[in-house]
Amino acid sequence: MESNKTVIEIRNLVKTFPMGNREFTALNGINLTFTGGEFSGLVGPSGSGKTTLLNIIGTLDSPTEGEALVMRHSVGKLSQKKAAHLRNLKIGFIFQTFNLLPVYSALENVEFPLLLQKMNAASRKKAVMDALDWVGLADKVRSRPAQMSGGECQRVAIARAIVKKPEIVLADEPTANLDAENSHHILQTMVKLNKELGTTFLFATHDEKVIGYLRRIIKLYDGKVSSDEIVTVK
Amino acid sequence: MLTFKLAIRNLIGAGLRTWLNVFVLSLSYVVIIYMNGMLDGWNRQAKTDMIHWDTGQGQLWQKNYDPVDPFTLQNSFGPIPGELNNLVKEGQIAPVLITMASFYPEGRIQSILLKGIPDNQKVLDLPTASMIGDSTEISALVGKRMAQSNRIKVGDLITLRWRDRNGTFDAADVRIAAIFDTNVPTVDAGQIWIPLTRLQKMLQVPGEATLLIRGKSEWPSFNSEGWVSKDLKTLTAEIDQIIKGKSFSSAVMYLILLLLAMLAIFDTQVLSIFRRQREIGTQIALGMTRWQVVKLFTVEGAMHGVLAAILAAIYGIPFLASQSRFGIPMPKATDSMGLAVAEKIFPVYSIGLIIITIVFVLITATIVSYLPARRISKMNPTEAIRGRIQ
Ligand SMILES: Nc1ncnc2c1ncn2[C@@H]1O[C@H](COP(=O)(O)OP(=O)(O)O)[C@@H](O)[C@H]1O
Ligand SMILES: [Mg+2]
Repeated sequence: MESNKTVIEIRNLVKTFPMGNREFTALNGINLTFTGGEFSGLVGPSGSGKTTLLNIIGTLDSPTEGEALVMRHSVGKLSQKKAAHLRNLKIGFIFQTFNLLPVYSALENVEFPLLLQKMNAASRKKAVMDALDWVGLADKVRSRPAQMSGGECQRVAIARAIVKKPEIVLADEPTANLDAENSHHILQTMVKLNKELGTTFLFATHDEKVIGYLRRIIKLYDGKVSSDEIVTVK
Repeated sequence: MLTFKLAIRNLIGAGLRTWLNVFVLSLSYVVIIYMNGMLDGWNRQAKTDMIHWDTGQGQLWQKNYDPVDPFTLQNSFGPIPGELNNLVKEGQIAPVLITMASFYPEGRIQSILLKGIPDNQKVLDLPTASMIGDSTEISALVGKRMAQSNRIKVGDLITLRWRDRNGTFDAADVRIAAIFDTNVPTVDAGQIWIPLTRLQKMLQVPGEATLLIRGKSEWPSFNSEGWVSKDLKTLTAEIDQIIKGKSFSSAVMYLILLLLAMLAIFDTQVLSIFRRQREIGTQIALGMTRWQVVKLFTVEGAMHGVLAAILAAIYGIPFLASQSRFGIPMPKATDSMGLAVAEKIFPVYSIGLIIITIVFVLITATIVSYLPARRISKMNPTEAIRGRIQ
């Protein structure tokens, strides 16, 4: 993954939701560009539109106006099938609530995106073990989500997001349900992945701990970008 | 292929919930097959009994004989064709002579059919050998139903009145030699059987009969003038009709059972799609299309039917096999239901029935799994991921 390549480009993005008989504007004229290898975050109070923007970048939702280009694909103009394919290959998701598949073991959860890719069993197995190794859970392969702590669950979710070596990882409030120690642990893991694999990370957060790790902070307020700063070396 | 793999993984992962559903479904397989097997066995038995006690393998009717019009009986005698005499003597053909008569049980008058049959016949299961053909008294047989409704006991003397061929009334007493127990009411209710030769004398029609019943051996060639041949199919048409009617009502039962099983699947499916929204949203985020998820949930639901078939085979085959081997004892009360009931019914399972049941359950399981799963295609993935009820 080469850096300095534009992976996400957002132009004049507007997103409205119907609210009763009126429209509610959740995102109002967003312009942003992300290059490969960035470790950046959307920061803002609850309701500022962070999740909405992340969902559009993740092709799970589409813009009302303007354009969002992800890996040069225009979100909202892709067919369902193409969008699913793009998510499967290029985009990793990490959620506030972990969202592991409850009846699957850690291994099966991490394996899931590769099964969808129809990767062969041998390379699948290796990729899964590598990913679990990365997050330090190689000894928990057989555990079900219910048998693991929140921190462990989120680490499985990270492994699941990165197992396919995606271009972009979208992490929506990944530490909101974790204590400080676990938060730092997973953030360090992600920094390491960012450095070693060159994966682009985009967070949505209002957690100071997360903000401390970001290299670029985009402040959202009322659906608008209020500031966009590169963090210089601490 | 992937869908199947994931479906199996999900089902096994769901553990107890899956197995409960599978168990309920497997029960309906077994019960459907069991009930149908029982009805089938019952029907076959009723028909076999009918052949053994009433119709034989085929009959010749005197051309005027009409079983539904007793007033024709007076003109329905004809000489037994001479070519058949040997087989009659051997008991391979049973000539039966039928007339109307009255008897007087407990002071009432009652019309009955008086039937003459050779005491040495081997065609029907009637215990004709217990009649004493040439005693001075006329010895007679009645069935259990006839005996019960008229309080007849073995050894009773019963007065009969009849008209001979010239229309002259005559009367005599008959002694009850035996009471037979049969499942076939058509040789029992309202009938008294006496030796053929006696009845021929009483009616003054020596050497004549109303009908001839054959056993396994075919009719030899004979002069069939005055006789109409009735094959087994015609003779059992009525019982075949009844069996058809019963299979309709059993099909209704079949459907009700199936409906219950399908309700279980449908319910699980609706509930699981509701409960597993977040899972659905996550699967979409991980790269499945909504239709792939619909397919996955459908296959998952339908797979219950497959697992149930396997489970049903594991405990159902030994159960069903032992039932068909040792029979199912029937309570006596069922006798009053009209169609004859044996004491034991041996269920008969046809491969066709089993295959149709399995295929039918699988198809309906797929449909009832698909119907609720369709909703997934209308779900908004961003809402589903958050587990919001939509
Ligand atoms: N599907 C939706 N329908 C209506 N309003 C929505 C929907 N999704 C988000 N919103 C609204 O858009 C605004 C931004 O939401 P969100 O992106 O979730 O904010 P954040 O993640 O920053 O807390 C909120 O006011 C929210 O109520
Ligand atoms: Mg949010």
